[in-house]
Amino acid sequence: MRLDTPLAMFAALAMMLCTALPAFAQSAADDERAKALFGELRCVVCQNQSILDSDADVARDLRSIVREQLDAGRTDDEIKTFLVDRYGEFILLKPVFSAHTLLLWIAPLLFIGVGGFLVLRVLARRSSTEQPAAALSAEEEQRIAVLLQRGDGDHAS
Amino acid sequence: MVEGDKTEATPPPARRRSLWLMAPVLVFGALAIVFAMQLLSGRDVSELPSALIGKPAPTFELPPLAGLRDDAGQPVPALSTDDLKGDVTLVNIFASWCAPCRAEHPVLMALAQRDDIKVMGINYKDNTENALRFLGSLGNPYSNVGTDERGRAAIDWGFYGIPETLLVDAQGIVRHKIVGPITAQKFEELQQRIAEVTGK
Repeated sequence: MRLDTPLAMFAALAMMLCTALPAFAQSAADDERAKALFGELRCVVCQNQSILDSDADVARDLRSIVREQLDAGRTDDEIKTFLVDRYGEFILLKPVFSAHTLLLWIAPLLFIGVGGFLVLRVLARRSSTEQPAAALSAEEEQRIAVLLQRGDGDHAS
Repeated sequence: MVEGDKTEATPPPARRRSLWLMAPVLVFGALAIVFAMQLLSGRDVSELPSALIGKPAPTFELPPLAGLRDDAGQPVPALSTDDLKGDVTLVNIFASWCAPCRAEHPVLMALAQRDDIKVMGINYKDNTENALRFLGSLGNPYSNVGTDERGRAAIDWGFYGIPETLLVDAQGIVRHKIVGPITAQKFEELQQRIAEVTGK
């Protein structure tokens, strides 16, 4: 194909774009997936960082392993299982929800429940034991009447 | 009778209240004891329990360390999963650039003298020449050495901090793991585990 006419050049360019763009889009999507996965995996050396944030040697190796497996078409779960088999569930920054982690997950609810129950009980007991204020004596009633009347007088003048 | 039970079941209000007031102190005391026990146990909490313990050793096949020869002048064989079966084995992940490896080397030399276990090495991300010089000057405790140039086999072993040492029984099951150099305390535990595995 000769590329000396503008039309031919345009056609060639369009063809190039059409074949290249899907590949670009694909690798961008893979990048997103890889990054999301990196963020969920603990760096076993630094421990409170994900392998996305860590510069440790092993973290770098783990990143390249995750990428290779993504390229090989493995699912996120398959990749996680691969790593859990080697490093244990500790490598997952977010613990799995299952029987042995149940206490971990429901502990906050448990604390709120027990704490709330205790607070309510204390409040209930306090209101039931509180003595109603004693009625005013005749002398006090009289003093109030005097004070109120004086207040009225002040207001009128 | 019913009345008697009732007075026994409920202590006087003042005593009940003082028990409630003691509760935070008791909880604090219990926590303090738990924390103190953890602190004084000498356990390193950043150490990962190995996911491999009780499981078969990973499948791997590593090339030999080219140029490494034993005392008889024969090349030291490579290392793969099959080499682990039949004997109780210590697999040690090492490198010439790793200072703690140098520190634990005499311990490995001593362990290599035992005839009931074999010591095998995985040379991690090392330069062949440097590795040869390292083993040449300090002595070679390994009956087999595999070179893991890219560090991928090490990851199959759950590796995260060089040096690491794994105890594999005769059936090829991982029994114990030491992260970092084999210190006196870790050596004692290792010896116990070896005794358990060899049945002596």
